[in-house]
Amino acid sequence: MSVDAATVKRIAKLARIRVEDGELAPLAAELDTILHWVEQLGEVNTASVEPMNSVMPMDLKRRADQVSDGGYPEDVLANAPEQRHGFFVVHKIVE
Amino acid sequence: MTDLTDLDLTAARDGLVAKKFSAVELTSAYLGAIDAAKGLNAYLVTTPEQALAMAAKSDERIANGRARPLEGIPLGIKDLFCTQGVETTAGSKILQGFRPTYESTVTSQLWKAGAVMLGKLNLDEFAMGSSNETSAYGPVISPWRRKGGTEPLVPGGSSGGSAAAVAAHLCVAATGTDTGGSIRQPAAIGGLVGIKPTYGRCSRWGVVAFASSLDQAGPIARSVADCATMLTHMCGHDPKDSTSASQPVPDFGQSVGQSIRGLKIGIPKEYRLDGMPDAIGREWDKGIAWLKEAGAEIVEISLPHTKYALPAYYIVAPAEASSNLARYDGVRYGNRAAGRDLIDTYERTRAEGFGREVRRRIMIGTYVLSAGYYDAYYIKAQKLRTLIAQDFENAFTKVDAILTPATPGPAFPIGSKTSDPLEMYLNDVFTVTVNLAGLPGMSVPSGMTEDGLPLGLQVIARPFEEETMIKVASVIETAAGRIKAPTKWWRS
Repeated sequence: MSVDAATVKRIAKLARIRVEDGELAPLAAELDTILHWVEQLGEVNTASVEPMNSVMPMDLKRRADQVSDGGYPEDVLANAPEQRHGFFVVHKIVE
Repeated sequence: MTDLTDLDLTAARDGLVAKKFSAVELTSAYLGAIDAAKGLNAYLVTTPEQALAMAAKSDERIANGRARPLEGIPLGIKDLFCTQGVETTAGSKILQGFRPTYESTVTSQLWKAGAVMLGKLNLDEFAMGSSNETSAYGPVISPWRRKGGTEPLVPGGSSGGSAAAVAAHLCVAATGTDTGGSIRQPAAIGGLVGIKPTYGRCSRWGVVAFASSLDQAGPIARSVADCATMLTHMCGHDPKDSTSASQPVPDFGQSVGQSIRGLKIGIPKEYRLDGMPDAIGREWDKGIAWLKEAGAEIVEISLPHTKYALPAYYIVAPAEASSNLARYDGVRYGNRAAGRDLIDTYERTRAEGFGREVRRRIMIGTYVLSAGYYDAYYIKAQKLRTLIAQDFENAFTKVDAILTPATPGPAFPIGSKTSDPLEMYLNDVFTVTVNLAGLPGMSVPSGMTEDGLPLGLQVIARPFEEETMIKVASVIETAAGRIKAPTKWWRS
């Protein structure tokens, strides 16, 4: 399969990255090259292979269901681009 | 008096404990060296006041006979580790001005062991790169130059600032992170020792995430002993990282200089690549001969799926990155661009805040995870990953460690590989398999090219057998002799 400008536009939308129209074609060519290169994995028959889902065999650890941290809203907001009255400020999303 | 910055970790520690010089004197010497090396662009931020205060505390403890293991040792920290109150950018514009209100587990362990923070080191943006050229704050210039030449070379990446700073004696040792080779490649081409420990050895808490199933922190230092000492204090179980391993952490320094007699060392035939420069093959052969000489048994092995490691990596790593980097939305931290509504704000924030390579990888990752392509790309890559890990498992039934080249070549000129992403990706051809399989790997200097640039070898061991790896690297270091530091041509 090959990547065209429409695909790049769709991917950019999903990735929430603005791409100007003039950048679509060169980006499509770049992504196409990389995707073609990774498609060599198709040479390997993996019908009976399990996909890796844990790098090291380990049991998922559990912790006590207790609040052990928090209570410092000023730290949480310290790096906010915009904050007011102890809240993050964003555009209005509900009319 | 000798330049205090020319002492390695072991020598600096001995000198401090013997009170030949103070921690404040040692730290001041480094702060002076950093000031005189601005042209290398290795540091993004220096923290001189904090460093001198930490050093003064170290002097007090030494005076009271309460010195800790890394007391007074000045370190540089890759700017991917969150440091409380100190700007942490990940080499990205999107995090410019970000001051974490917390400290990463790995760095807090180093400070608890008595180390002194000199500042934050440059890196490829979000650790995505092999040359430090994708940093939003400009490339790092390697302290190494070709014999008789002045052309600026890359320090490697993504821990390029770390490697340049250690090689130029702008810190005793540095922290790095390694997702596909980002500790081992810059260490190797910088004439240094670098360790990527077993996945889970070092806590990832407070380290800016790139690809969570591949990322591991580790040290870059001037010798095997220095690197082993750093590693001891960086590792350990952390309840704040659910993938952190609970294995006990040995004193890795004890493995330095130990015999490897009778150890079986695997030489994977698939790592002898077509078109590989002669010098790389020569270093490898030298390493094999040294290990044989030291009493190891050399065994040819096969890792048949090696050639699929890089393409599998360039599916898995971008996929994880696209998910991890979704958090940079201009709402809770980081820079925000003005937009007409929330979606437009996200899109402009991320277009302006991320550099070209990061945007490219997020797009690839988004593509391979999108509906209809997930099985064909992501699941396929995770299956290849299983096969690559099985190749190693099979090999480790026959051998105790594996020896390979660390990089396909020496340091290259700045700008020489930036036009073709695939060519840049090939830098990690020998290192990336180790991340995919979660194994420990380390690079150690073995010699120089004819034009005076360092080259290194890579030692790979079974999971949690860093001690075996360190023993083998130590034999190589002894046989190769320590690499002479580059002349300080950058001093202003």
